Formats: sequence, structure tokens, C-alpha cells
Amino acid sequence: MTASIGYSDVAVGDEVKPWTYKVERINLVMYAGASGDFNFIHWNEQFAKMVGLPNVIAHGMQTMARVGEYVTAWCGDPGAVLKFKTRFTSPVVVANEAPTEVSVTGKIVEKLDGNAVRVELSAAIGELNVAAAEAVVRLA
Amino acid sequence: MPMNTALIGKEYPASSPYEVSREKIREFAIAIGDQNPVYMDEEAAKAAGYPDIIAPPTFLTVLSFKYSPQVIGDPELGVNYAMVVHGEQEFELLRPVRAGDVLVGKPRIANIAARGRNEYLYVEAAIETVEGEKVAVASATIVSRGTAPQEG
Repeated sequence: MTASIGYSDVAVGDEVKPWTYKVERINLVMYAGASGDFNFIHWNEQFAKMVGLPNVIAHGMQTMARVGEYVTAWCGDPGAVLKFKTRFTSPVVVANEAPTEVSVTGKIVEKLDGNAVRVELSAAIGELNVAAAEAVVRLA
Repeated sequence: MPMNTALIGKEYPASSPYEVSREKIREFAIAIGDQNPVYMDEEAAKAAGYPDIIAPPTFLTVLSFKYSPQVIGDPELGVNYAMVVHGEQEFELLRPVRAGDVLVGKPRIANIAARGRNEYLYVEAAIETVEGEKVAVASATIVSRGTAPQEG
């Protein structure tokens, strides 16, 4: 499969259309089961608060997976991701009462050999940055 | 207590073979909320040129729970599991992971460094098929809060 976006059609500085997603407790329970990460801080509010967190927090890798969806939906081919890196800068706190809304943005920062581009990605809750990521993706 | 820096460079044995199944990929895709047809449907994956359904780029996190415990739980390393958080993750994918792959992870301690009050454990794992084909390199930075050696 090849990406649906052509290398020659993009330029450094181009932005990926911003996107938002919601996280609820159910998403964390499902992620725990599918990934095998059953750390109590991701589903037990009492425990999370006991270890000094404001509430249950999302798995960093759950956030990374959502950012991964953002970049693969943009380029059109999940198999085109050559490198994917994420730094978890702040926890994604998920209360029981209401979903947490996370916004994702991206920008092409470098054009590389072999039709690849480096995309800088960021996830935030309001003004609070929660993940700083980067993907190298091979375009068509 | 600080981690044992004498273990920098230590290589651990390969994890036991993990068979990537279509159902596990689908379960993971549903859990992350990304039901791209190439993760879900064999025909869609084949139409896209893949031999079978492929896994999302972060799927190897599943495998990390097979090879990481021997590092984190190494009594010589001295990690206090209650103090650690995931600081950073990187996947270098030589090709997409796909259903039918039988994978092993070979972790090594790439570095241990102290910055301020925290320590940083860098675990780098080579991900290969049991036939020896290199598929990916997964690198994790584990932050150990407040365990850095203090002066005085």
C-alpha cells in the first residue's frame, strides 16, 4: 500500500488538519485489557489519588496510539510509518464525571530522502501539552 | 535508592515467542478506537498490498509486556516499580507488524542517567521474528522519580 498523499504535494511548514478526541474511563479499561498494562493508576481512582495523582490517568501509550491514528489517517497508510516517537509531558487526567478532550496538531518539519517526511505532532488538553511526538512517514 | 549503573549495556535473553494473531490486532484496534480496515479485515489488507492484516504502529507495546519485566524486575538493577513512569517511547519500524508474525524481543539497557532528582532508564529492544528477520527497534525511557543519588 502507498500513502494517499504525494511527497511532491507537501512542503515544510504544511500543517495537518487539527483533530480532537475524547477519553473516558471505558477507553482506559479497554486499553488496559488489550495492551496488558493493568497498572492501578489507569482505572482505580482511589489508588491513583493515594499515590498523589489528581485522578485516574490515561496510559501514555493510549495517547500515543491516538496520535498514531491522527498521522496514519492523514497519510492514508498505517504501514507507511517508519519511525514514531512520543514524549509524555504531562498526564492525561480522566475523571469519572466527564470525558477529557484532547486536541492533536501536526506539522511537516522536514523532507527526507526516499519520499519520507518528518512530522512534528502535539497533543494537548486546552493549553496543557500532554505529548510531544514525531513521526517519519513515507509518502507516495 | 539509585539504580545500578554497572548494568549499562546488559543484554537480556530473548522473550518467549509471541504469535501475533488477527484477533489480537483487532482487539487492540478496537481498544484504541482506530478501526482502519487494514487492521480489521483480511481482504482490505490484501487489497492494500499486505499479506495479512497489519497492526497499528504502537501495537508492539503488547510485546513489551513480555520482554520488559525481566529488565524492570532485575534484582541487580534495583528499580522501585512504584516510582516509575513512562517518559518516552520510540518505535523504528522496518516493516509493519502483521498477523502471523511470531516475534521475540531482545532488550538491553542502553543507558542509565540521573538528571536532577530523577533517574532515566533507557531500554532498547530489538524485535525480530523467530526466523531472525529484524522487524523493529522499540526504545523506552523509564523515569524513576526521586531516586537519583543525592550529594551530601
